[in-house]
Amino acid sequence: MSTTILEAKHIYKQFYDPVKIDVLKDINFQVQSGEFVSVIGKSGCGKSTLLYILSTMDTDYQGELYIDGKKMTGLKEKELAAVRNEKIGFVFQFHYLLNEFSVMENIILPARKLARKPIEEVKERSLFLLKTLDITKLADKNPRQLSGGEKQRVAIARAMINEPRILMGDEPTGNLDKKNSEIVFHTFQQLAQEFQQSLLIVTHDPEFAERTNRIIEMEDGRIIRQ
Amino acid sequence: MSSKLIIQIAYSLLMARWKQTLVAAIGVTFSITMFITLLSFMTGLNKLLDGLILNRTAHVRLYNEVRPDSIQPVEIAPEFKSNYHMIRSVKSGNSRQEIYNSEAIMDRIVQDERVLGIAPKITSQVFFNEGSLDITGVVYGIDVEAETRLFFFTDYMVKGTASDLKNVANSIVLGKGLADKLLADVGEMVQVTTAQGEQFRLKVVGHFQSGLQELDKTQSFASITTVQKLLGKSANYVTDIQIKLTDVSLAPKLAREFGTIFSIDAEDIQTANSQFETGTTIRTIISYAVGITLLVVAGFGIYNILNMMIYEKMDSIAILKATGFSGTDVNRIFILIALGIGFFGGITGLLMGYLLSSLIDQIPFNTAALPTVTTYPINYNPIYYLIGGAFSLFTTWFAGYFPARKASKIDPVVIIRGK
Repeated sequence: MSTTILEAKHIYKQFYDPVKIDVLKDINFQVQSGEFVSVIGKSGCGKSTLLYILSTMDTDYQGELYIDGKKMTGLKEKELAAVRNEKIGFVFQFHYLLNEFSVMENIILPARKLARKPIEEVKERSLFLLKTLDITKLADKNPRQLSGGEKQRVAIARAMINEPRILMGDEPTGNLDKKNSEIVFHTFQQLAQEFQQSLLIVTHDPEFAERTNRIIEMEDGRIIRQ
Repeated sequence: MSSKLIIQIAYSLLMARWKQTLVAAIGVTFSITMFITLLSFMTGLNKLLDGLILNRTAHVRLYNEVRPDSIQPVEIAPEFKSNYHMIRSVKSGNSRQEIYNSEAIMDRIVQDERVLGIAPKITSQVFFNEGSLDITGVVYGIDVEAETRLFFFTDYMVKGTASDLKNVANSIVLGKGLADKLLADVGEMVQVTTAQGEQFRLKVVGHFQSGLQELDKTQSFASITTVQKLLGKSANYVTDIQIKLTDVSLAPKLAREFGTIFSIDAEDIQTANSQFETGTTIRTIISYAVGITLLVVAGFGIYNILNMMIYEKMDSIAILKATGFSGTDVNRIFILIALGIGFFGGITGLLMGYLLSSLIDQIPFNTAALPTVTTYPINYNPIYYLIGGAFSLFTTWFAGYFPARKASKIDPVVIIRGK
């Protein structure tokens, strides 16, 4: 059973610094549920820009964006924040964990914001995620005490806590060494296979992309292969 | 949206920078402490100084002014009606200082429900004879009971008992300065000569200190009957009726009213002592100005710290927004941080302010001018605590408003892509 999770229709974007540059030109594509998609392209081809539009954080574009069948274009900042909270999980190049909170608290923060489930259930899910990602022993540690690979896995757990419709990643292995990259990749693969999690990962690592279900290749703001 | 979560995040951010937070809170505490202490002390002092005069002053005073008649006989005479009158060398008439029909007037005034009470008084100029020396002075004939009840007469007695004025015949209470000049201790006799030339010997039963030295050098008190005897007047001779009202602000209105009803001179306290009110107002304004300045300075401190915190926590704010916290949530977090500093700083400040003012209240303050005061005066008016508390919250909210708005407008894309 495959439904469309994310759909981009004729997305254009320009930068005006210092002269007008078309960063994205007529982007059209869909992501089905359970797909593990990677977006590749050279530096500056607009792949990250596209990802931030798809993630609803950047609203300055033309065209239409649908997530889970709902139109995102034109929604208010607060409504978009709610969509991000509920339907999108995010993993960045940098981990962005809050040092003021423990690992466990970091992971459940988005779920507490959503406030749909009682706190015990949320904690159970976070323990389950930690176990799945093989980092159960880190639960009560402070993010400062973690290695780069561990931090990134905690960030993945945080992205997964609300059972998002789609998990997006912006170069999630960009800052990691070979070994840790491998671990993170396996984590993504595991999520895709075990939980049929839809994934949309931007990367410039061709080896990483090769092993995903589908590759979207971009050049100069256009999709040249998908 | 769970406000508990917002509170927890705000708390964690605060605790992460607890030293700065403490400095900011101490700023608020210090300013609130000073605000409370300053106002309590200033208004306490104000009350004391005003009380010095106002406690002893009638709200409305009825008397007969010695002055030339405003209507001279020639103006009434019908045969000179069409003439132009030119009168030279008009003298004040031999009109009586006595209040006509004083008993009827007093009966009528006591029945007025706006009146708290009345005290009749006779003013009489005398000379105190000490050897070959004559010292000018004034003897006030007073009703001791009424005077004590309405004008706190006994509070100002530094020696002897006030009731002896009534119980001992031909007795007198001397002003402290006057007693020192006459070397007249309690129990001794002084000789007075009235304006009419009559000589009397009076027994000193007490010393009186009003706090105003000039007055204490000349004034003395005797019972009404004693002064009537000095002047050779009958038992209904009274020159002043002092009226104390239930509401002092009614004084000008009532003075006009009584003045017309009894066709008498009536003076209200506001007219007689306008300088005191002006002084009080200005001192209060200065205290408020200093207190509020302190708070505003503390507010700038909070503004700085929050601004710094926002620069430091850009990443955290960005990730909060990326994971679904809206601008409003971020705004609330920072407003809450600011209010937290204001609240705890303010509470501590109120407490410290109370402690500091009660400390000042313990400091001995003995001055010859103020016999009833032994420590510095403090006014523990709860309204200052209310204003201080409210203002500490308001300032910190205002100091947090702009940083919080800035934080809420942070674009997560810019931060995250900048890495």
